[in-house]
Amino acid sequence: MLKLIKQRWLDQPLDNRFESIRFSMAIVISLIVTLVLVLLVSNEPLFALQQLFLGPLASIRKFGNVIESMIPLTFLGLSVAIMFSARQFNLGSSGALFLGGTVTAVVVLTLPLPGFVLSVVAILLGAFTGGLVTLIPAFIKLRFGASELVSSLMMNFIALNLGFFIILNYYRDPQAGSLASFEFPSSSLLVQLIPGTRIHTGLLLLFIMIVLIYLFIQKTKWGYALRMTGFNKSFATYSGISTGAVILYSQFLGGILAGMAGSVEMLGMYDRFRWQAMPTYAFDGVIVAVLAKNKPQYIPLAAFVLSYIRIGADTMSVNSDVSFQVIAIIQGLIIIMIAANAFLAKYRQRLVVQEAITND
Amino acid sequence: MPDIITMKQMYKVYPNGIVANDYVDFSVKEGEIHALVGENGAGKTTLMKILFGIEQATTGELYHNGQLVSFQNPQEAIKAGIGMVHQHFMQVGSMTVAENVVLGSEPKKYRFLLDRKKAIDDTAEIAEKYKFKIDPAMRLDECSVGTRQKIEILKALFHGAKVIILDEPTAVLTPQETEELFRELKGLKERGHTIIFISHKLNEVKEISDRVTVMRSAKQTGTYDTESISKEEISNLMVGREGLWELTKGKATPNESIITVNNLSVMDEQRRYLLDHISFSMRKGEILGVVGVEGNGQRELVDVLTGLNKASGGSIMFKGEDISKQSIHHIREMGLSHIPEDRMTMGVATEASITDNLLSIYFDKESFNNGVLLDQSSIDAWAKDRVKEYAIKTKSPNAQVRSLSGGNIQKVVVAREFSNNPDVVIADQPTRGIDVGAAQFIHNKLIELRDQGASILLVSADLSEVLDVSDSLFVMYEGKIVAYFDDVTNVSAMELGRFMLGIEAQDEEQIKRGIYA
Ligand SMILES: Nc1ncnc2c1ncn2[C@@H]1O[C@H](COP(=O)(O)OP(=O)(O)O)[C@@H](O)[C@H]1O
Ligand SMILES: [Mg+2]
Repeated sequence: MLKLIKQRWLDQPLDNRFESIRFSMAIVISLIVTLVLVLLVSNEPLFALQQLFLGPLASIRKFGNVIESMIPLTFLGLSVAIMFSARQFNLGSSGALFLGGTVTAVVVLTLPLPGFVLSVVAILLGAFTGGLVTLIPAFIKLRFGASELVSSLMMNFIALNLGFFIILNYYRDPQAGSLASFEFPSSSLLVQLIPGTRIHTGLLLLFIMIVLIYLFIQKTKWGYALRMTGFNKSFATYSGISTGAVILYSQFLGGILAGMAGSVEMLGMYDRFRWQAMPTYAFDGVIVAVLAKNKPQYIPLAAFVLSYIRIGADTMSVNSDVSFQVIAIIQGLIIIMIAANAFLAKYRQRLVVQEAITND
Repeated sequence: MPDIITMKQMYKVYPNGIVANDYVDFSVKEGEIHALVGENGAGKTTLMKILFGIEQATTGELYHNGQLVSFQNPQEAIKAGIGMVHQHFMQVGSMTVAENVVLGSEPKKYRFLLDRKKAIDDTAEIAEKYKFKIDPAMRLDECSVGTRQKIEILKALFHGAKVIILDEPTAVLTPQETEELFRELKGLKERGHTIIFISHKLNEVKEISDRVTVMRSAKQTGTYDTESISKEEISNLMVGREGLWELTKGKATPNESIITVNNLSVMDEQRRYLLDHISFSMRKGEILGVVGVEGNGQRELVDVLTGLNKASGGSIMFKGEDISKQSIHHIREMGLSHIPEDRMTMGVATEASITDNLLSIYFDKESFNNGVLLDQSSIDAWAKDRVKEYAIKTKSPNAQVRSLSGGNIQKVVVAREFSNNPDVVIADQPTRGIDVGAAQFIHNKLIELRDQGASILLVSADLSEVLDVSDSLFVMYEGKIVAYFDDVTNVSAMELGRFMLGIEAQDEEQIKRGIYA
């Protein structure tokens, strides 16, 4: 049995083997660091660890929290992954999410449409708005050669202020205590999917999008052009691929997904616009995409892991004496270890040497 | 004489898994000129990079003057008195010759400022000492490749090199420049310097070296006194088989022209002509060679022909259409294929699979698409056939291109570019840096395409490649065509050298013979 597993393992291409090892090593090291940190800071380390790792499983509501927060994380992960696959370093996903959510709120508060149609229209327009937020930096890059990284960060700033401006001036409910819009028509809200949790039908839309994006990137000619442009733009240009179009549609699609995240979040989790600041998703999409190595099929898994750790950390910080910040450290560690290409490079070299010798 | 350098059982694996040195023994005596020969990809450069501290050996021992050493970086090697002139060296174009020579240990005025005068004096002094003809005050971008190479040698000497490694120094030189280089090398030897001379040109090896070490596919296949071994014997040690040199090529039967280039020009930002009003025809069923010292307009010509760059004047008539302002996609659709000069940066996406690399000019074809989705099974079957037809050595078409050797990567490029039966092929350095087997395979493919009626432009820095493979040729110098020969069998390398250096040029009437109806 063990032998069989070993053989299977060795039949894998070297890079896959290396990737899996790197991924597991990162997780294992992070776990060890977690243990050490918790042992150091806590008076009740066992209880704290139990909260951290099993807390999310304690109740259906808790586990529901994991799935709820996984939904926007997955959307954002897909958003970033599609842009990064084309090697477009657009960080406008959070702005796209915010403005997408805002437009969705505006639509349900304004358009006199029947319930289901209204949510569909609101989500579509929100997604489209998100697309525009990330498309603008793409356009600026093509036209003027400015880096999309910088202009997308500026777009985030613009999107945030534009969103607040609209809600504050036109849709603010003066009756509500804090900054909030009027209440959404209840028929426009996304239906609860699992009783006892807040998991909503946005999850279904998410599954559809995962499949679509996977097919788009891996199985269509546009996805092919996008991947080749990401691998090597000179090669794509030389081959006659229209890299300008790739730059535009990859970032437009990325924004659409982020906008959709905002829309779904707005109608699935809230009954009015209640965001007080940019939701904390700013770099979450990047984290998820990096964890999943930009592969759409792994994005939900990465989002789940991240979401699980966070809910666990939340539970731990509420119930024990270890604070949430500990988790921020651990999260950072995992990311650095997975993202840094130099990590384990020595080990990779050894694998290569071994393979070279055994092939002789 | 004792050994100044001894390398024992050098073993080197690159991160991509290629074994470049397979337990190589190599030693050099003080004061000799030692030739290191082997086909492209044999591992010569790698061995020398280990000696010079650029690469680290995976295992193996290096002795310098009998002492076990290991250079972690080139600075340590330089300190030990070793210098290296790279195959593709880097220089700062806007600086003077003198500034380049002293680069790295510049004489300083007031501690910060470069002492220009002293730099020039130092350079003049060292050039005088070794009898190098060079003007220290000249700006580098005005120097020929031959001069630039001398600068590299002087730089090594200036830093106190006793052992100088020259990596294929003659590859970029004309026959005349090569002679001059050899005179200078002999001078260095008389002054007690040790020279390691890498080449795969056996005439040169016989002419200049005292001893020769041969490498073949990462292994050392012998060290001999040059006197005691014939060229044939060396070549057998290099290639492993006899008679692999020959090319089976029948006479060309050129037909009407398919591309007519008329007054084509390209300017740089300073509005200088890089390509200066050139005119010629490419005929069906003919391989037209382009020779010239690198940087005389060949790249610009290839770029405009293939659509990578736009011409600033003139026209390129292809099947009755001016393609000088057309998109790459359109030009390719019309039946033009392109083997780019630099396969790694342009010819392939190294992270992508072989299949994906083969597909890049076909992916939007109807036969590979099934509605909105790619027809993966027909793509896979097609890619598998290409891998087989072009004998690409790999475990699977799904392997990443970066896992392949140089020759196999080039075969991927060629397989892609030739699989649509192109009418025109622009082949830019199609066999640079690949093993002889792959090179010969590609040459035969080019000739096969020619015999099927394709028109081929073969641009190469390797004179012997052009002389062997092409039917007719022209010479470029400073952006112009300076000579046209309608039959390569009537030209010698020496003669071409004079045109390449600009010493001689044909008159306009003779050059115009290259324009056909
Ligand atoms: N930096 C590198 N990384 C990976 N492979 C390399 C690298 N440099 C050279 N190689 C490979 O190592 C082999 C030997 O190359 P090289 O030493 O340049 O040979 P030579 O100088 O004899 O032509 C070739 O197959 C080449 O593709
Ligand atoms: Mg070399």
